[in-house]
Amino acid sequence: MSQQIPISVNVNGTLYERAVEPRLLLSDFLRHELELTGTHVGCEHGVCGACTVLLDGDAVRSCLLFAVQVDGHGLVTVEGLAPDASSDRLHPLQEAFREAHGLQCGFCTPGFLMTLVAFLEENPHPSEREIREVISGHLCRCTGYQSIVEATKIAARRSA
Amino acid sequence: MTSRRFFGERFTRNEDARLLRGLALFVDDVHLDGMLHVAFLRSDYAHARLISVDTAAARARPGVVAVYTADDLGAYWQPGPLLVAPPPIDGLVFNAATQVPLIKDKARHAGEPIAMVVAESRYVAEDALVDIVVDMDPLDAVVDLEAALEPDAPVIHEQHGTNLASHVVQQKGDYQRAHREAALIVKRRFHYDRGVAGALENRGVVAQWDARCEELTVWDTTQAPIPIRSGLARMLGLLESQVRVIAPFVGGGFGSKIMMFYPEEVLLPWAAMRLNRPLKWIEDRQENFYATTQERLQIHDAELALSEDGHILGVHDVFLHDTGAYNPYGLTIPINSQCTLLGPYDVPNYYTEFRVIFTNKTTVTPVRGAGRQHGVFVMERLLDFAAKELGIDRVEIRKRNLLSSDDFPHNHVILFQDSAPLVYDSGNYLPALEKAVDLIGYDEFVREEQPRLRAAGRHVGLGIVSYIEGTGIGPYEGARVTVEPSGQVRVATGVGTQGQGHYTVFAQVVAEVLDVDLDRIHVTTGDTREFHWGTGTFASRGVVVAGSACHEAAVAVRKKILGLASDALGVAENDLELEGGRVRVKDAPERAVDLGELAVRANPLRGAVTPGTEPGLEATAYFGPDRGSTASGVHAMIVEVDRETAMVEIKRYVVVHDSGRVINPMLVEGQIQGGVAHGIGNAFYEQLVYDDTGQLLNASFMDYLLPTATDVPRVEMAHIETPSPLNPLGVKGVGEAGAIPTGAAFAQAVEDALAEDDLEIREIPLSPNRLFEMIRDARATR
Repeated sequence: MSQQIPISVNVNGTLYERAVEPRLLLSDFLRHELELTGTHVGCEHGVCGACTVLLDGDAVRSCLLFAVQVDGHGLVTVEGLAPDASSDRLHPLQEAFREAHGLQCGFCTPGFLMTLVAFLEENPHPSEREIREVISGHLCRCTGYQSIVEATKIAARRSA
Repeated sequence: MTSRRFFGERFTRNEDARLLRGLALFVDDVHLDGMLHVAFLRSDYAHARLISVDTAAARARPGVVAVYTADDLGAYWQPGPLLVAPPPIDGLVFNAATQVPLIKDKARHAGEPIAMVVAESRYVAEDALVDIVVDMDPLDAVVDLEAALEPDAPVIHEQHGTNLASHVVQQKGDYQRAHREAALIVKRRFHYDRGVAGALENRGVVAQWDARCEELTVWDTTQAPIPIRSGLARMLGLLESQVRVIAPFVGGGFGSKIMMFYPEEVLLPWAAMRLNRPLKWIEDRQENFYATTQERLQIHDAELALSEDGHILGVHDVFLHDTGAYNPYGLTIPINSQCTLLGPYDVPNYYTEFRVIFTNKTTVTPVRGAGRQHGVFVMERLLDFAAKELGIDRVEIRKRNLLSSDDFPHNHVILFQDSAPLVYDSGNYLPALEKAVDLIGYDEFVREEQPRLRAAGRHVGLGIVSYIEGTGIGPYEGARVTVEPSGQVRVATGVGTQGQGHYTVFAQVVAEVLDVDLDRIHVTTGDTREFHWGTGTFASRGVVVAGSACHEAAVAVRKKILGLASDALGVAENDLELEGGRVRVKDAPERAVDLGELAVRANPLRGAVTPGTEPGLEATAYFGPDRGSTASGVHAMIVEVDRETAMVEIKRYVVVHDSGRVINPMLVEGQIQGGVAHGIGNAFYEQLVYDDTGQLLNASFMDYLLPTATDVPRVEMAHIETPSPLNPLGVKGVGEAGAIPTGAAFAQAVEDALAEDDLEIREIPLSPNRLFEMIRDARATR
């Protein structure tokens, strides 16, 4: 039960070495072991997307992974998006979300941001259809999605 | 009031940077030294007698600190409070039965908590749940509303001897006369089924008892921190000053988080004091489907009496309302249904009767719309059917019945949820309808586009419906506005916030009075240490009631500012103006004094003052309207139905709404777009499916579908601003509006698209499956 596996993970550029139970979810590891609580947990069955993080650059659901599976890998969480943690500057996508009112309660927002960051990296000039398709893997109860679509368009336009 | 404009502008939100960086504090983000974790064992049965609970093995598991059952609670075990007393209506029957912390004698819905495990981690706490041995004797479940009232039905609350929770009749005029005089009676049965609130953040509670300071701190995902504080103090025998409840950033509420007290809110603080350790419980999604309150099953038998030319003579409506296992929220929802049914129409005669039924399902309390959907659905569908029978255009029949702008205030006589008579304060219904007709291109669609597309074999339809929403009800909220020596302004109010943008809109309200930059106005909501009178965020009332309190407090502070500045500058108050955080002389703007400096003067450390002087540039004000303000609007949509798969695509969605004066159009539009998405979910995707043993069959986001970005279109909006005379800001609520008429518009549009099938939609939610059945049945009967 209390078997502990040593793991070493780079999160937002910082190397963390910890010993964890094999059953510990990556989402719980990030939130409760590393206290990176910006990654949110909305369903724990991979549907809502709130817990999305970047694993070696790919958007993945941290509630569907165990912490031990990311041993030796690199993660980026929402806390790692803004260029400088100590300043007020935001990542262009975060800035666009603020401008377009792409968030209300803000609980689902980190997941949307992480998916969209990876998506825009791959597809810098998406159509509205493509944006809607990619975020249809995320749930938001507040915004009705339109403002998230607008924010994504703004960010894409600016990176052009 | 000031030289700059803070109202009507699209200011971005003060709270966003923290949320976007992942730095905002939600309840599950609270980490405390020595914190233990809680999990609940919940009943698998919807209705079962509890015979025994054996927790010995669970207690013995390493890492488990405590296991509690109802017996361990002693005198602390009490049913929750009745939150809303029934209005004083003659002949009203009300049988109260409120939720209990842990079940003692029997389970009344699946998911009701039986035992509470406290352990070193959530993982261990959940391990220990399977160690608990429970013996239960299952009983027949009450699920169907009509069967619940049969003489041989099992009874959920034995003390009442019936599953009838309430019976209410309200009347206006004389419906029987209207019935006799009518040229046409349209009579139908309507169903509106259950869904979840679906906040992305599940509920959670963290409780910490500081034994040295004798202070309890509770972080709670509640929409109503102050009532939680007051209730906990009473239950735990503490002074209110010893209990601090913080609703930090809350990840959506939609009504389900204003329910009080959830068992977990009662149990964690008690156990934290007992164990002298901080405790955390975070609901998981599956628990949320069982343990967090839901809404919406009603069955209406309604009839509309009309004259030959389509004028409404009267409405007769008798309905059943499902309250689930308990009824802590009184009659709020069914009374909202009664009152909202009348809509923006002149209805001289109204007979409305309902029965509230206990069932073995999760408890029902308000969820975004709170019963209003049902009323709108019934009335709008009846009008659609009447228009068809009378051969009158559906927009025309509505126009003929709308109240005119001269009809206000309009007294509908029956009592609203706040126990005050249902009086509409103001409205401008015809222009809203005409605007929606124009924006959706109704005439062109009906005349040209639809026939053209139909000829091409496509099934397109249009829906257009009107609604009103009683918003901004009392009793009251308060706010304190303080100018600090730095010149920054603090605003504190008691309501909780769940994404509405209160940090920004309350700052705008204060800035409009004091002319201080928004980034220098710091709003606190939802912390009882900062402000400790108030009720909560519900019924689309945040800006109306708390916003008005912010305004009144700011006006009082402005008065103090001008008084002090007049002394300081030696100029009469009338010759001064506030601008950019300073007070200056109108004719000589270089003569000015900072608000910060005035704040320092307002709190002298030495010297004499005039007796009666209050220190500080600070004021507290309360606002309590004598009744709610009535918002209104029109939704119109165009859909295309794939007749083979029964999938519905929403091609366009138009909302014309009137929520009085608009303080921040960006936030208002966000509320509407989000509300419409919720309404679309209710209309076509979301339905809680219970079997006849009371088991919920789709308790996950895999099986219960929230709409996604490919299901929700861009909502095209237009604002009409008819100020409310009931508050100083002229505002009306907007939080629920988007979700209220969606089902009615959707049903009309889909029915219109399937005109050749000649089917009638009298139920919500639809789904591709259900619609497929309806199309098939319609074909079979032809």
